[in-house]
Amino acid sequence: MAVASVPPFERFYEAHNGEVLAFLRRRAGRDRADDLFQETFLLALRAYGRLEHGEHLRAWVLTIAANTLVDAARRERPTVELALEPGGEDPRPAFEELAPLTDGLPPKERAAVVLRYGYSLGYDEIGAALDSSEDAARQAASAGVRRLRQEKDAQ
Amino acid sequence: MTDIASKVPAALDARFRAAAAATGELDVAYDVLDDTPIGKLLVGVSERGLCRVHFDPDPEREIEDLARRFGPRVLRAPAALDDVRRELDEYFEGRRHAFDLPLDLRAAPEFHQRVLAELARVEYGHTTTYGALAARVGAPKAARAVGTVMNRNPVPIVLPCHRVVGASGSLTGYGGGLERKEWLLRLEGALL
Repeated sequence: MAVASVPPFERFYEAHNGEVLAFLRRRAGRDRADDLFQETFLLALRAYGRLEHGEHLRAWVLTIAANTLVDAARRERPTVELALEPGGEDPRPAFEELAPLTDGLPPKERAAVVLRYGYSLGYDEIGAALDSSEDAARQAASAGVRRLRQEKDAQ
Repeated sequence: MTDIASKVPAALDARFRAAAAATGELDVAYDVLDDTPIGKLLVGVSERGLCRVHFDPDPEREIEDLARRFGPRVLRAPAALDDVRRELDEYFEGRRHAFDLPLDLRAAPEFHQRVLAELARVEYGHTTTYGALAARVGAPKAARAVGTVMNRNPVPIVLPCHRVVGASGSLTGYGGGLERKEWLLRLEGALL
């Protein structure tokens, strides 16, 4: 099967910049989103020459954007109260609370949790972003959330 | 789709493109000059120098071609082309007779590079012939091959293939169209 080749960066940037900006604005507010937008695409540019194929670039750049949020949150709020309250109206933690907490997770679980609960990507997309299957992505996300709850209970 | 994607404000877009150019990590930075006296030009630079000047560009196709030849990190980044824009402006205004821009000709085959190096020595306001240029690279019978090199010149204007004409003095041909060749030669005073 032919694998999509890496498109010129210009095309990649134009295809995803609007969505990345919207994502960052929702999560970080308009002012901070501008800086994170630039950071996201500069990080993508740095890694771009090492890409081996052009598959799943949307999930890839959204993962980078999510990571810039995590890093920014860590810079601004080194300690955060855990807000995983079982039995609440919405059991899903808000992204801002979730992001800095996922640092301790294994990379795959962290990515799955952030993409699932931070960005509401489908498990098929998360699997694609992680180069694994939909099932594996679902398991990684649920293992990550389980681990977070255990850490919370242990405190 | 406003919920899914935002239109990126022009200032933010420009800021990113300038920052990207400043990283030195682009394979090619390009821009489209919309308002030169001979129409629209796409110009591209690598970290080594000017690698592309193209008339009447179809940017989509040009970008693909640049990515194939130089690497995928191709981005429109006007800030990286300030020198190119300035020297071309000066040339079009008749104030510049030689370009000081470094060139990146590595994507051209070896024979092409030799011919282009000779072409670079044809001075402002002068013309030469395909046959004479062929002789100067030691291939006197290769006038036709030299014509092909001119036709594929990656950086026309800056490497002056417009100064190469037929043995009879006719303009013969030009990748950017004969009207442009004539315009450039008139600018330089090589045609009355």
